[in-house]
Amino acid sequence: MPTVELSFTPLPAHVRTARLIASTVGRRVGLDESLVDEVRLAVGEACARAVGVQRSGGQADDVVVAFSDDDGMFTVTVHDWAGAGSEVEMPDLVEATEDLDEAFHPGFGLAVVSGLVDDVEVTSGEPGTVVRMRWPLSSSVSS
Amino acid sequence: MDLSLETRTEGDRTVVVVGGEIDVYTAPKLREQLIDLVSSGAYHLVVDMESVDFLDSTGLGVLVGGLKRVRAHEGSLRLVCTQERILKIFRITGLTKVFPIHATVDEAVSATD
Repeated sequence: MPTVELSFTPLPAHVRTARLIASTVGRRVGLDESLVDEVRLAVGEACARAVGVQRSGGQADDVVVAFSDDDGMFTVTVHDWAGAGSEVEMPDLVEATEDLDEAFHPGFGLAVVSGLVDDVEVTSGEPGTVVRMRWPLSSSVSS
Repeated sequence: MDLSLETRTEGDRTVVVVGGEIDVYTAPKLREQLIDLVSSGAYHLVVDMESVDFLDSTGLGVLVGGLKRVRAHEGSLRLVCTQERILKIFRITGLTKVFPIHATVDEAVSATD
């Protein structure tokens, strides 16, 4: 069972809210302070990617983010409903800058997530993509 | 915190002071500012990021877009940043090889290579 679950309409403005909740819940469950920035950035990237793929596919369902602490780990999953085949590959970023436009590039955000987070798993299929990220907790706080 | 932008001219350089959060929501505002500057003939830009609290890949994309625009006019785009949490994002993405990053605005303004 997630400790906290958040669902939001796929709008860029709500990504900041998801970041704030990520850092707040992370602190609450005992995440080491040195990891809070990493969690905030990674959750922001995963949510921005979800918003981007849903908007480009015209999919208006809520993006769902679940936060939980199990077995000494803080787990965050970000679910989109953009269907199978939404862009999930992680490009080489320096190569990507050669022809990168300012347009939203979903793979770019995921590459940042994979560079930041040691334990990350991306599953793509129907009804969409799930990005699961996990961080070790330094202390256990009752939730 | 939202995004704040201020620009000033120092010699032939235009300094853009950015504050707050550069993310998927606010990055379009920075992109418009950079496009406006290049359109008005400012091809040597210094982006001061010392007051930036948060930067994501959308913001990186906008900076890369700005770099490409000024390079099309044989210009330059230099960054000023000493904050470790922001520098980390440039390192992870390999963009430290793409952008000259300086410790102070004075250093960036006087840099020539």
